[in-house]
Amino acid sequence: MEREREAQLARRLIAGDPEAFDHFVDYFRAKIYHYSWLMCGHREDAEEVAQETLLKVFESAEQLREPEKVRPWIFRIAKNACLMKRRKSVFAPSRELSLDEFLPAKNWDGDRVRIEIADWSLLPDGMVLQSEMRELLEKAIRELPEMYRSVILLRDMEELSIQETAHILDISDDVVKTRLHRARLATRQTLDEYLRGNRVEEGGKQLGTTPAQ
Amino acid sequence: MEPHQHNERCKEVFALLSDYLNLELPPEACQEIEAHIAACPPCVEFTESLRKTVDLCRRYRPGELPAPMGQEAKAQLLEAYGRMLTARTSGQPG
Repeated sequence: MEREREAQLARRLIAGDPEAFDHFVDYFRAKIYHYSWLMCGHREDAEEVAQETLLKVFESAEQLREPEKVRPWIFRIAKNACLMKRRKSVFAPSRELSLDEFLPAKNWDGDRVRIEIADWSLLPDGMVLQSEMRELLEKAIRELPEMYRSVILLRDMEELSIQETAHILDISDDVVKTRLHRARLATRQTLDEYLRGNRVEEGGKQLGTTPAQ
Repeated sequence: MEPHQHNERCKEVFALLSDYLNLELPPEACQEIEAHIAACPPCVEFTESLRKTVDLCRRYRPGELPAPMGQEAKAQLLEAYGRMLTARTSGQPG
């Protein structure tokens, strides 16, 4: 498990294992950079956030009581560094998303009700995202207002728990759940619009996916 | 049951879908949702599309790595790491 490997890396780092430093820095620098890039929107800011976060990690390592929680601990530091760095008007403006705006439109088709939806079966499970799909997903995430974007990044992309996400963002568990659902619905909608607008000839291939190894 | 009678129930299910996909609902609520979905093709389609959205997010890996770290930045981190190790060693009893 990824989280277990991270915990081992953190333990080795704290113990002074000379090889752990480079691994730890490379691994978490990339993670923080990417989170910050999607949150802040500027590569230079994201690099600075990654550097500032890692410095803070070494300066306050004694606060890391449980190495198995190194990921949420680092993301909390990164979130604060990101807030300090944030520039105005990046990506989507702040607004509340309501459930109703994501309810699919319904039409009568003979005696049946159908919803307006893309053919998602063209997007097979177990696919590694290729550049086109990856960029589309990044676009969908970036279009989310910040308070939703941070939740989906931490919960679905970093796979942190509800409680860990709530602690990182200083919000309640219920707010995490509410925002996650709306963030997923909005992301789904962006992907759905794309899938409907694109003619798909060879299933996953056309969508820029390849089978997972 | 006529499909249009599902509307209100569809909305209730729609509001709970993330909790359902995350397995965060009590068993009874879960069973109720499954019973509804089994009889409602639009909800099947929608649920599947949301499940795939979550799957894509989980499979997502960034296409781009940060630029290699500059020597100065690395030296700064190494120095901080050194201080961290020194503080730990000097703080330990014996």
